[in-house]
Amino acid sequence: MKLTLSWLKDHLETDASLDEIVGRLTAIGLEVEHVDDKAALKPFVIAKVLTAEKHPDADKLRVLTVDTGTGAAPIQVVCGAPNARAGLIGAFAAPGTYIPGIDTTLGVGTIRGVESRGMMCSERELQISDEHNGIIELPEDAPVGTSFASYVHLDDPVIEINLTPNRPDATSIYGIARDLAAAGLGTLKTPYAPEPVPGDGPCPVTVTLDFGETPSLCRGFALRLVRGVKNGPSPKWLQQRLLAIGLRPINALVDITNYITFDRGRPLHVYDLRKLSGDLVVRRARDGETVLALNEREYTLTPDMCVIADAKGADSIAGVMGGEHTGCDEATTDVLIESALWEPLNVARTGRELGIVTDARYRFERGVDPEFMVPGLELATHMVLDLCGGTPSDATVEGYQGYEPKPIVFPVTEVKRLTGLEVEPAECRDILERLGFGVVSGGYLLDVRPPSWRPDVDGKADLVEEVMRITGVDAIAPQPLASHAAVNGKILTTLQIRTRAAKRALASRGMMEAVTWSFIPAKHAELFGGGQPELKLANPIAADMSDMRPSLLPGLVAAAQRNADRGHGEVALFEVSGTYEGDTSDRQRRVAAGVRRGTATLDGAGRHWAGNAGAVGVFDAKADAIAALEAVGAPVDRLQIEAGGPSWYHPGRSGTIKLGPKVVLGTFGEFHPKTLEALDVSGPICGFEVFVDAVPEPKAKPTRTKPRLDLSPFQAVKRDFAFVVDRAVEAGALTRATLAADKKLVAGVSVFDVFEGASIGDGKKSVALEVSIQPVDKTLTDEDFEALGKRIVENVAKQTGGVLRG
Amino acid sequence: MDIETLEHSLMAEIAAASDEAAIEAVRVSALGKKGSVSELLKSLGAMTPEQRQTAGPAINGLKARVTEALTARRSELRDVAITARLAAEKVDVTLPVRQSPAERGRIHPISQVIDEIAAIFGDLGFAIAEGPDIETDYYNFTALNFPEGHPAREMHDTFFFRPDGKGERKLLRTHTSPVQIRTMEAQKPPIRIVIPGKTYRQDSDATHSPMFHQVEGLVIDKTANVANMKWVLEEFCKAFFEVPSVKMRFRPSFFPFTEPSLEVDIQCDRSRPGEVRFGEGSDWMEILGCGMVHPNVLRFGGLDPDEFQGFAWGMGIDRIAMLKYGMPDLRAFFDADVRWLQHYGFRPLDMPTLFGGLSG
Repeated sequence: MKLTLSWLKDHLETDASLDEIVGRLTAIGLEVEHVDDKAALKPFVIAKVLTAEKHPDADKLRVLTVDTGTGAAPIQVVCGAPNARAGLIGAFAAPGTYIPGIDTTLGVGTIRGVESRGMMCSERELQISDEHNGIIELPEDAPVGTSFASYVHLDDPVIEINLTPNRPDATSIYGIARDLAAAGLGTLKTPYAPEPVPGDGPCPVTVTLDFGETPSLCRGFALRLVRGVKNGPSPKWLQQRLLAIGLRPINALVDITNYITFDRGRPLHVYDLRKLSGDLVVRRARDGETVLALNEREYTLTPDMCVIADAKGADSIAGVMGGEHTGCDEATTDVLIESALWEPLNVARTGRELGIVTDARYRFERGVDPEFMVPGLELATHMVLDLCGGTPSDATVEGYQGYEPKPIVFPVTEVKRLTGLEVEPAECRDILERLGFGVVSGGYLLDVRPPSWRPDVDGKADLVEEVMRITGVDAIAPQPLASHAAVNGKILTTLQIRTRAAKRALASRGMMEAVTWSFIPAKHAELFGGGQPELKLANPIAADMSDMRPSLLPGLVAAAQRNADRGHGEVALFEVSGTYEGDTSDRQRRVAAGVRRGTATLDGAGRHWAGNAGAVGVFDAKADAIAALEAVGAPVDRLQIEAGGPSWYHPGRSGTIKLGPKVVLGTFGEFHPKTLEALDVSGPICGFEVFVDAVPEPKAKPTRTKPRLDLSPFQAVKRDFAFVVDRAVEAGALTRATLAADKKLVAGVSVFDVFEGASIGDGKKSVALEVSIQPVDKTLTDEDFEALGKRIVENVAKQTGGVLRG
Repeated sequence: MDIETLEHSLMAEIAAASDEAAIEAVRVSALGKKGSVSELLKSLGAMTPEQRQTAGPAINGLKARVTEALTARRSELRDVAITARLAAEKVDVTLPVRQSPAERGRIHPISQVIDEIAAIFGDLGFAIAEGPDIETDYYNFTALNFPEGHPAREMHDTFFFRPDGKGERKLLRTHTSPVQIRTMEAQKPPIRIVIPGKTYRQDSDATHSPMFHQVEGLVIDKTANVANMKWVLEEFCKAFFEVPSVKMRFRPSFFPFTEPSLEVDIQCDRSRPGEVRFGEGSDWMEILGCGMVHPNVLRFGGLDPDEFQGFAWGMGIDRIAMLKYGMPDLRAFFDADVRWLQHYGFRPLDMPTLFGGLSG
């Protein structure tokens, strides 16, 4: 919402400065977004050309002497304008002045050998208009030496308010003045409604509201004819006001409607009577009916939209835009003025569906003042008579039911309860009355009736806001929130703690935390098991941001590749965030995932004098996955690793981490070459995903005491075994068989060598195990070790078919 | 050979021994079973007591001196050997070492700032709540007092999913406020929560991103009012921006889910390029929106607005992170450029705490 200071002062009697007004507007909730104080035009002064001689060396240039009203000697200016002549009065810029239209700061120049100490300006150079055929010419009595901007009324500061959608009353300059007056910044000097204009007979055009059995979309319609008007350009003051707030003057009749739209928040429409066919009908549009609107575009309508039609069919889109066919032009002599009330939601929906944004829609969808429908028509009639002459008919009004305020019982103690602000009941009442509220009883319990221009107010809390904003929020002193009487305990949920722990653990493994988009290309989603219809956005911001991600991996893999394309191919990235298996809250997962590319291993990437890093692979991903699981508190000693993972992984170089037969805690591996090809990614690259929310909740423990530590007094011993097994036998099976051979004595097993080769045999491998033996109740004898070794060999043979390597 | 000559000869051999083996050979030739000194000692047995009285001490003295000389020479030789070994073992200590993983890793500024927020509000007695990104129209709008078709809904530039069989269309939450309702449904007052999370709007430029992060706060009890809200937000801003004082401007505004509603600007100095200082300067920067929870929202949450009251606020996590740490472009947050992460990210062991300072 834009307004100028002088326009505001039409309605507000005030001594306040521009700064005070701007500050108060913001303080009462009408946030000033921008103020153009017109400082750019301040340096230009009115000056008179005393002499104009032809330039000695240029046919099209003249050398002027100019009186700038300082009393000093005339100033020499070289000028190329065809209308530059002695006696002309125009706008002068001295050296050092910034000329907005040519984006240049003027200096003293020499043009074809003649010095020029300033400039006589065109309108375009001052960015007043596009006029550039010559320099500005002012009337002969224009006062030389005074401000040009002030003389032509271009010094009027423009204030732009960022209006919140709840304040339709402030879509008018009058309404803004009313708010400022209520806030004590002056007095409102314009009466709410003008005197009605007497007509010389009934309006010859009738209007029928015809909605049949359907709900009415029109809450009232007022109409009047003015015959014998003379239309043409509106007066300069009116044009200047419209231009100042960014509107283009059209002709007097149209300019009047635009003026009242901004002045009083009352959109109007004018029809040229001679272009209308018969009487007006307000109705729903027929399905597929078209309207050629004032913007010269044709719109196809639906029965959910409201139109004003004549005998030929739909003419205007109600509350949104008038029709081209019946618009007023310079030839209009008989004008029908419409002031109507439309259903806000219907106007909003119609405007949205047709993609039309107008000043009328802006107001109607927020809700215009119903009580001003008829006064708005009267005000327009006054202006038409003033500017265009003519003879008015009586006003005809259809369908208006009047305004019935909804009373609010308002205990003034609510102000203190909700804001902490102490405001006397009398002051509360006074504030509300200044804002136009009816207050019909006194004391601490007020019976308040909101005015017709405040459809946003419907409860006690709204009245608290009114009192608070007019009193001033600054008057509320901060009050500490009651503090807890005890040490604050843990505030995070298990999932939050685990999310945090996973992030810190993965970052401490040399990975960098990425935050990638929740929506990814459909192709990527489908590759990773997603792409369900319920997870596709109906209105994605870009085609490649269309599907909610089923996995964090495609985003991370793409991010790794982007880095590689920038020359940083050795990257380790992770993310701990949401993935989406469905559109319900229980199907949003919390996942920790990571990728490593190139040689970005745990110990570092790239070449190093002490040893180069190797290419990343499945075991790097496995280590990350297990570290993440350990950080989130999964029982890492009970994890089962199964060969193979989902389809996007390399089938022989991926694994699935499970807890029991059903619970999948994660997957890891190198990627399937087809996945990489489809993502347009080059390797080596590996990744993992850990399902943080699948890890069981820790059991509530009655104590934080750790279990007793039993240390054996007997020396621990290590023994090596190498088994030859079929290539397909998993090391995990060998380890399990070894551990199971004697659960008491075998404290641990580690694999320290895996070997395949001709010496072992085709399809075979040798796996070397180091077995930690911890005697429990006595030192073991050679015979004991031998017996244990035998048990291990036998169990391994039984479980895996492995034989001790000879 | 007399003792004196033998001693000269042995001492010369000891002095000439150049390594452990040579010194051992000298020891064996002198003190071994058949060594020259051992033979002399053996000869004592055949002597008369008178002869023995003079020869005894002389031979034993010889043995002692030779033994001592051997030990001394051996020690000398060992020192030489160690010195030589140490010289041979010298390395170039200017060779670079690899950085440890914990030094290389980075936490994203968003995670770090969420931890900072949790540290501050945890101290004020708040818990952390979360909610789903994919929401229903009910939780995102209706229950937050956005009337059907109201222009306020349009302000949100919502991402929608395709309508399901029942014609209901899910959406990506446009703010973290739906969690207010979910919290009121799940627990009774007093409520003190903050809600960090991802939010989505159809908007994209240097300061807007289709995905961004918000943190919502909600206090509901029987007395919480605007004065308390001003205090909480001022305390938060002081603690978060780590300045001794801040100046904040509360402006009346409008949000459907609060009444009264306020927007909050924070005073700052932006005169230095690329840097914002809080608690000084002459600029005002909008930082958050807040207000008293609207009576209709309390009702949707199952609470009587005449018995319970409270306030809520919401602010952009990305935005306050940008302001605090001087990151110019929001879009870079989601690009996973390792150069950016390396520069603006945080080390994994830099954990924000109040006792140790939020940012160290």
